[in-house]
Amino acid sequence: MDESDRLVEVGPAEWELPVHDAMRVPGRIFADRETIAQLRQEEAGESQWSAVRQIKHVASLPGIVSAAIALPDVHPGYGFPIGGVAAFDLAEGVAVVGGVGFDINCGVRVLRTPLRRADVSAEIERIGEDLFRTVPAGLGSSGSLRLSIPEIDRVLEEGAAYVVRQGYGPARDLEYIEEGGRIGGADPSAVSVLAKQREFKQVGTLGSGNHYLEVQCVDRVLDAEAAAAYGLFEGQVVVAIHTGSRALGHQIGQDSLKELGAAAARYGISIPDQEMVCAPIRSPEGRRYLSLVAAGANCAFANRQMIAHLVRVSLGRSCGLDARDVETVYDIGHNNAKLEEHDVERERRTLLVHRKGATRAFASGRSEAPPSYRGVGHPIFVGGTMGTASYVLRGTEVGMSRAFGSGIHGAGRALSRKKAAKKYWGADVISALRREGIRVWAHDARGAAEEAPGAYKDVERVVAAAEASDLNRRVARLRPLAVVKG
Amino acid sequence: MDRADEGYTYVDHTADMAVRAWGPTPGAAFAAAGRALTEAMVNLERVDGRVRREFAARADSLELLLVDWLAGLVAEKDTSGLVFSRFRVETHVGAGGASLRASAWGEPLDPERHEARTEVKGISLLGLCVRRDGARWVVEYVADV
Repeated sequence: MDESDRLVEVGPAEWELPVHDAMRVPGRIFADRETIAQLRQEEAGESQWSAVRQIKHVASLPGIVSAAIALPDVHPGYGFPIGGVAAFDLAEGVAVVGGVGFDINCGVRVLRTPLRRADVSAEIERIGEDLFRTVPAGLGSSGSLRLSIPEIDRVLEEGAAYVVRQGYGPARDLEYIEEGGRIGGADPSAVSVLAKQREFKQVGTLGSGNHYLEVQCVDRVLDAEAAAAYGLFEGQVVVAIHTGSRALGHQIGQDSLKELGAAAARYGISIPDQEMVCAPIRSPEGRRYLSLVAAGANCAFANRQMIAHLVRVSLGRSCGLDARDVETVYDIGHNNAKLEEHDVERERRTLLVHRKGATRAFASGRSEAPPSYRGVGHPIFVGGTMGTASYVLRGTEVGMSRAFGSGIHGAGRALSRKKAAKKYWGADVISALRREGIRVWAHDARGAAEEAPGAYKDVERVVAAAEASDLNRRVARLRPLAVVKG
Repeated sequence: MDRADEGYTYVDHTADMAVRAWGPTPGAAFAAAGRALTEAMVNLERVDGRVRREFAARADSLELLLVDWLAGLVAEKDTSGLVFSRFRVETHVGAGGASLRASAWGEPLDPERHEARTEVKGISLLGLCVRRDGARWVVEYVADV
């Protein structure tokens, strides 16, 4: 029997995988019927890359609390599904490498400007070109910061604050970054020399693949109160930055697969597949891994801070904007494992929450949000494609109780990179988008084909499912005007 | 670009990049796997082999050795800035596990001249395989890009 045949529809856009075999808790999938049909099809293909099977595996891990959760943008990942959320008890639970992935704290920062679409329409070519030339992107690019190993250690410990102190952005930015731009407990001495050597010229670089920098406009405000709190209005020009911890995070991920593989065997933890390597949270190996994740996360915060600075420099040149006029709406990651307080069966508990391709989405009232956002909850950002909308959403009480305050992060791929590259031609994709008024700068034409809008699922459907299940609510829809791809 | 007895192909995979490579020996298959990795990052044919680097690795199994080998090549791109187009790999399997010694020939990455493509973040442990298939050795891996 396929795992997906066991799925039971239990609510609007909500499905349950009942406990069976080694599962300790049920699987809880928030998705529309079309996504469930896709998951079934995947499992019928190659089961190793079945998100439903991966949800079952996550639900079988020691110390998991409540449910193994998948959000509406779920698709197969490495061990954990993308769009996966799992919380673990600190005494019984485990820290899982696949629950964070290679690109630790990959995430999105959105900057708002006082500009309106009409202010930039005639100049968008020049604005995009300047951003393309200012923000290093693509394979082999290097940032303007060259850091020594001691300086890298400071970045790993202090995150965005270190970059701000070097003069790259106002201190006010830190208030609008998840965790203040610094996750405590990072131990730079635990990070391999190789990871640090790979990083020294990568702070302030975008990377490649699905990472991007987009000039967008607020196409529609859907929640006036929250949009006002976030300083967003219809027609406004904003800039979205999607990138992560670059080579340092990648190397931490690679190192940890090996280290925790040995640890899982030592602690007698049965792992269903090799990317689920893990260690008890309170074991030396578990603590060490979490200190590495914190270091990688801080590196990502620092990277996005540096890129935000470069965006300000570029917009100053191309639009005459003062850097103070380009403010951070919020900066939030979607690959992380963090200690958080949650109410579980009316008891407040500290849990280790893994989110792989999922963001934190805390509802109103939580102290983790910046004070000015606490009335509505902090924003989360859902990346669309080069040709489709992106969204600003916010968390809900239902999301707090059913999904540990989590939210969707993107549309999710529908076509493999290979199929997309075969189906689309990079130059044609760029020309077609241009006809729709979207300018694209790409370092790699084949990459543009792989990232073609048709290679992704419909973001509208994913957002609708998140709203139907009341996990997240729409605040604003954003449309791309200029896209820089690595 | 590859001889019938030694080569590689990209296998369809939803999110990332899956590779099957083969050769008459495990070392030849590892070398082909290395070429596939470079080809994902740049245009392999444009990489001149004027700089030589030596590699050594040891792991519990040939599969984990493959990961170490490829992860080492990925890291080299960031640390020394080198990408490689030609490889010679010798593997050894003994009671203590598997090991390799390899030479790789390449040059510093020049994004424009080498037609830089995508960045490889890491080599997954999922979908890993090193097996003998008749007269040839086949290796499979998935790279997170």
